[in-house]
Amino acid sequence: MISSPVLGRSTRFIVTLSIAAAITAIAGVALLVNILERKQEAQNPFYRVVELSDTTEAPDIWGANFPLQYDDYRKTVDQVRTRYGGSEAVPRTPTNAYPRSIVAQSRLEEDPRLKTMWAGYAFATDFREERGHAFMLEDQLFTGRQTVAQQPGTCLHCHASVYVPYMKAGNGDLIRGFEEINKLPYQEAKNLVTHPVACIDCHNPKTMQLRVTRPGFIEGIRAFKASQGIRDYDVNNMSTRQEMRAFVCGQCHVEYYFQGKEKRLTYPWSNGLRVDDILRYYEEIKFKDWTHAETGAEVLKAQHPEFELWNQGIHARSGVVCADCHMPYKRVGALKVSDHHVRSPLLNIHRACQTCHRWPEEELKSRVETIQERTYTMRNIAMNALLDLIGDIRRAKKRGYSAESLAPARSYQRQAQFYLDFIEAENSMGFHAPQEAVRILGESINFSRLGQVALRKPIGATN
Amino acid sequence: MLGTAIGAALGVGAYTFVYAKGSSYLTDNPAACANCHVMNDHYSAWLKSSHRSVAVCNDCHTPSGFVAKYATKASNGFWHSYAFTTGDFPNPLRIKPHNLEIANNACRKCHAEMTTSMGLHGGSISCISCHQFVGHME
Repeated sequence: MISSPVLGRSTRFIVTLSIAAAITAIAGVALLVNILERKQEAQNPFYRVVELSDTTEAPDIWGANFPLQYDDYRKTVDQVRTRYGGSEAVPRTPTNAYPRSIVAQSRLEEDPRLKTMWAGYAFATDFREERGHAFMLEDQLFTGRQTVAQQPGTCLHCHASVYVPYMKAGNGDLIRGFEEINKLPYQEAKNLVTHPVACIDCHNPKTMQLRVTRPGFIEGIRAFKASQGIRDYDVNNMSTRQEMRAFVCGQCHVEYYFQGKEKRLTYPWSNGLRVDDILRYYEEIKFKDWTHAETGAEVLKAQHPEFELWNQGIHARSGVVCADCHMPYKRVGALKVSDHHVRSPLLNIHRACQTCHRWPEEELKSRVETIQERTYTMRNIAMNALLDLIGDIRRAKKRGYSAESLAPARSYQRQAQFYLDFIEAENSMGFHAPQEAVRILGESINFSRLGQVALRKPIGATN
Repeated sequence: MLGTAIGAALGVGAYTFVYAKGSSYLTDNPAACANCHVMNDHYSAWLKSSHRSVAVCNDCHTPSGFVAKYATKASNGFWHSYAFTTGDFPNPLRIKPHNLEIANNACRKCHAEMTTSMGLHGGSISCISCHQFVGHME
């Protein structure tokens, strides 16, 4: 008879060994399945589950075919601050007329000098930090500027997905649709649009290639290229893929004005893209945005000239375009996709900057903030100089200076203000072209001081 | 029963080894390094690089000497598979100091004629800090 302890020991041994073997097998199978999954993610990068056409506007339909890009696109609702930009969510009591319960912080409260610079213009009523793409339509529908000014349908060009509405309004002719909608009052035109910027605004639905759909840019870049001796420039057929990764953003992130009674959106680029070229353009056509309420000067409002300023900087010169930093490539499984969560590169330094600049994140961030801090210091000096000039003209006017004697100072105010606003309205606090930004602010300070000098009597004058 | 259990474990292990092309890792074939798709970009960049016809991955990324080479392969092989399986690794990929030294020594081995006559600042400066794209972009 075999003694029970011996039997017990050998049973225990077998049980233990079996468990160990089973665990090994489980680990082996788990690894096998993981390898299988990894191999599969390297294949079939794209499933076409819906057909897209030139009239498919709703981004969620595109999202069925491109879920990764769509997920990121929806993240532009985020409100995150950087040191000199980005928006913060501020609660607000919604009213019937303005049903927003969350808005961005008010720039006018942050810097009340802006109200003086824009005195007499709608921007002095309500101007908030810009939010992400997801809010572009809502924030225009419900800004306080709508209550003090009658806006035209033109504004929608860059505050909604307009490709399909333009094609409809123009019976298949994009430019005609653009002209039709420009003419409508904003409150009427807004009923024709549904979405903020959507996939179809930048992508060809058949090939997914980038394409420019905004008439303002198609005409603006043609005028600019003509100034460089390139005639009949057709942006969608004559640009490289890398250029398109800047041009699709330049469709809207630019300086513009509304031309004539038709309120045709126009980019003032036929002399060039620098601030000097743009001001010269406005001087030639004698354009003004409004008459300054305190000084009577005929002044201009600059609006977010990101594309123009970037063009003067080192990144543009090195062939680095908007999407390289604001939509850098990222790896999802085996796929390399561009990040459609468009945002400040400062919130994504490792992908946006470190691909080229091999320095720690903190070092890169502090390099950027050094540039921005210097620009911000100069901006404040320029702002104070402008306010000094505005005060001087206002007092001179009160003392009964003639229009003729005020004219030189008013002209300097127009120049100083446009140069300052060109950097103030631009959304990189100088980073897109640091030296150019500081040069522009330096010129602005000079214009303001020259304006003050112009109001003084020459030394030696008896009267 | 014991036999079945151990056999199953061994069988699964053997199949996984074959399925994951385990034996390819014992070769010098650069395609083996791109078995995991995470290396696809580096592999295709190497194919277009100035070194493609004179050096494969192992020439620069493993040290010379049979034991040192396979010890490096084993260590990197384990940690790379671990990172890739768990998905826990930084992007863009960054080389570890030890592996950087291996690559740097590889430059100096083949280009000895040039590098022996250079001071190289007591070894404080690496070849790759200037010639970073010779093997592959990024």
